[in-house]
Amino acid sequence: MADPVPSDEGGAAEIPTLRELFFNFMMVSAVAFGGVLPWARRKLVDETHWLSEREFLDTLALCQFLPGPNIVNLSIAVGARFRGLAGSAAAFLGIMGLPFVLVIGLGALYGEYGQLPQVRGALLGISAAASGMILGMAGKIATPLLRRRPVEAAPVIAAVFVAVALLRWPLPWVLLGMAPLSIAIGRWRRR
Amino acid sequence: MKGSSQLGLLAINFLILSLLAFGGANAIIPEMNRQAVDVAHWMTDAQFAALFAIAQAAPGPNVMVVTLVGWQVAGLAGACVATAAMIGPSWALTYMVFRAWGRFKNRPWAMAIQNGIAPVTVGLIASSAFLLAGAADNSAIAFGLTAATAALTYWTGLNPLWVFGVAAILGACGLV
Repeated sequence: MADPVPSDEGGAAEIPTLRELFFNFMMVSAVAFGGVLPWARRKLVDETHWLSEREFLDTLALCQFLPGPNIVNLSIAVGARFRGLAGSAAAFLGIMGLPFVLVIGLGALYGEYGQLPQVRGALLGISAAASGMILGMAGKIATPLLRRRPVEAAPVIAAVFVAVALLRWPLPWVLLGMAPLSIAIGRWRRR
Repeated sequence: MKGSSQLGLLAINFLILSLLAFGGANAIIPEMNRQAVDVAHWMTDAQFAALFAIAQAAPGPNVMVVTLVGWQVAGLAGACVATAAMIGPSWALTYMVFRAWGRFKNRPWAMAIQNGIAPVTVGLIASSAFLLAGAADNSAIAFGLTAATAALTYWTGLNPLWVFGVAAILGACGLV
């Protein structure tokens, strides 16, 4: 079983060292194909017991609330929780280091062999599948939103899609316009 | 001379994107594509799609596409500059907010912001899928792959790596 005593202050086993933070996040990054989140949950909650399920969800909610790559934010937040600034650096380097080296290696191979028809074909296939994966993710996030508050969410989703995907407007302007508007609509509807 | 101005441009672009990336790296794909292909002319649409495919197929956070764009523009220095610029601001923000978050996460205004941002994020991620599919789907099989992966992702918890493997083999055989 996970925590025998559910505590809010993470009084679990003991505080991980910098080295443990680094290596555990590195292990997550090494196996995390096609999305890091499920692997991070398994490692942080089930294996190391650094966080309870509740703490994991709370931390994740914060990381999704803030801009930036969610999983990188998560590593920074978890590292900071246990070991302050040094901990956040250790966890961050752990999760980014290996993929960074790997992806540059792949980039170099692409530069070398990218013109081969087999390589181009394989990448095209992955591109087609990966864009489908992102579409499926968008659907997964959209479903509860549309179920809970369709009148507010649907027009905002549609407007952002038209502005960004069809009109190709610059993101800063779209966000400056739509984020406050969407927040205002939400507040006004709740009155 | 040209090299350092490219690095500067990379840094500025990704510093801005870092603070706009509500919903993670997948939400800023359209803007990254617009900057890299239409504005700065660093690469073609097809090259961008290939870099995206490499980042998705490799393990690790999907923000690695930023590293690859930097690499494509200015080699190792470009990869480092782009990655650091993308992570730096959100690191500082996460670190600072994390320390204070416990106190205000249940305040009405924090929830209002969270609720308001969510549909914007959905619109951005859907835009990413649309643009990437537009670059990749030049055949019926490619379109079918996109649709099948979308359905699998939505309705099952299947690890997408399996689909990527099948898609890569189909593509290598010249079928996509």
